[in-house]
Amino acid sequence: MTDTISRDVTAAAPAATTKSARTPDVTRRRISVPHLLLIPAIAILLIGMGYPLVWQIVTSMQEFGIQQQFGKPADFVGLQNYLTLATDPTMWQVVGRSLLFCFITAALTLIVGILLAVLMTAVGRTARLTLQISLLLAWAMPVVAAMTVWIWLFDDRRGVVNYLLDMIPGVDMNRFSWLSNPLTFFIVASVIVIWMSVPFVAFSAYAGLTQVSDEVLEAAQLDGANGAKRLRYIILPMIRPVIMIVLLLQLIWDLRVFTQITMLQDAGSKAGEFDLLGTYIYKLGAGSQDFGMASAVSIFVLALTLAISWFYVRSLLKEDEQP
Amino acid sequence: MTTTVALRTRRLRPGRIVLTILAFAIALAWVFPVYWMLNSSLLPNRTLQSFIPTFVPFGGSFANYANALEDGSFYSALGISLSVTLIAVFFCLLFAFLAAVAISRFRFKGRKTFVVAVLLVQMLPAEGLFIAQYKMVSSVGLLNSVIGISIIYIAAVVPFTVWMLRGFVAGIPADLEEAAMVDGLSRTQAFMRITFPLLAPGLVASGVFAFLQAWNEFTVALVLLPAEQMHTLPLWLRGFIQASATRETDWGQVMAASTLVAVPVIVFFLIVQGRMTSGLVSGAVKG
Repeated sequence: MTDTISRDVTAAAPAATTKSARTPDVTRRRISVPHLLLIPAIAILLIGMGYPLVWQIVTSMQEFGIQQQFGKPADFVGLQNYLTLATDPTMWQVVGRSLLFCFITAALTLIVGILLAVLMTAVGRTARLTLQISLLLAWAMPVVAAMTVWIWLFDDRRGVVNYLLDMIPGVDMNRFSWLSNPLTFFIVASVIVIWMSVPFVAFSAYAGLTQVSDEVLEAAQLDGANGAKRLRYIILPMIRPVIMIVLLLQLIWDLRVFTQITMLQDAGSKAGEFDLLGTYIYKLGAGSQDFGMASAVSIFVLALTLAISWFYVRSLLKEDEQP
Repeated sequence: MTTTVALRTRRLRPGRIVLTILAFAIALAWVFPVYWMLNSSLLPNRTLQSFIPTFVPFGGSFANYANALEDGSFYSALGISLSVTLIAVFFCLLFAFLAAVAISRFRFKGRKTFVVAVLLVQMLPAEGLFIAQYKMVSSVGLLNSVIGISIIYIAAVVPFTVWMLRGFVAGIPADLEEAAMVDGLSRTQAFMRITFPLLAPGLVASGVFAFLQAWNEFTVALVLLPAEQMHTLPLWLRGFIQASATRETDWGQVMAASTLVAVPVIVFFLIVQGRMTSGLVSGAVKG
């Protein structure tokens, strides 16, 4: 016991001493303390994420039909499910719709969020605090509660949105049913997601903006740079790292909008043209019991997420390396 | 001093007045859905049926809340949500704390692999795994059970909690422990008496964060808790919207139910908000 403790002391010290601490015979004799500390976390991740992931990879290469619902083991079909997906026009429509929704929503969220952050720096204390509190309240709303409120706001007959739009001269929005047409359905979904995500972007960008030094801005002003030029050439380049990370997070988050789309479908229509990747997988798996195809689509979603996440993880690791 | 002068001169410009008005208008628009939830929850259904919205709840009552609570399903959902969330938060904090100590106090083989794995797993969307988790949980007979979903929640929340706690542990200088050890404490004693108390705020913040994640979760709960008597609060709330397909929605009651679900979350959220933002983008903000 004593020797484990003393070894840990050296291990905690700067990297120079690590080498001697990790002599081969010590590692071989027993599991080292840090590895011991990681066991519970790794175990739960393997059970809750690892096993399902492996099951999913295996299942994505199996064929599920009507016989499997009665207990017959599924046949191994290799990459057949992926080929079926690649040639399936429905799949491409869902993928295209999801990506389009994700990019447009993330881009708009970012633009609105940055503009609000700039606005916070430009106004007085009272106005800024009011804006911040209002954004915080929107951010704090649980997704499901936010969805019920927005569905009520967009209600075709008694919703406030239609009431207010109807007051504009020349616009007839009385009883306009937002959720029955795919385009307006996704516009509503996008508005809701933007409403929920802008606060995070605005606060992050504002935190970045407060780091931009006043001296630099004043110097630029003296040199004749107007507001737009200062934003374009000084402020934006300086907060670029924050913007990049926030953009990546938004892209990832806007791919997982299952809750929002499911709730909107509850209030509107469950037809296929209202599906994004999440609800598509749900219908394949929980609805049609086609676990092979559902797994193949899931793997596709995971791969897509990991591809985007990689950049995010890389930038966070940079911070980890220089504590 | 100079900044105040600069601010004062700027405030005189008409552009600034326009911006201030704009800021107030945006604040009003952004908070409106939250206000509307409260407003509608206080109004009788007769008023809500009108085609002209009522913007201020004069003469409102808590009748909608009584109606929403009437059949007792709220308390059942509250109980399920509480048990699932508390189990998940407890184990998540314990596991994440141990892992955070490992990665911030030790340099060892496989450390970087673990950190990368944690960060990547944290990004995985629930909808990319939930069919597999459903099959796994149902194959061991834990569908519609608190244990089954708690296991998935712990796994889902552990990664971010590890990352968040790592920051807190790393923020407490190891010198403090070493000084205590020079004074005769063992390493474990030094950690428990010096570092652990300093970590308390970090543990609270991470715990609240884990709580919010599990409390608001919808996607996994939908597939793992299909039986109505096992519904968590988000699923319970969704039931109101689902019912709207077959009958006229009692919006006052739905908004009262939403308020009941939202208010505790909003309170908790405001406690940890600042730390959460910095946890997600800390590397970038520091430059």
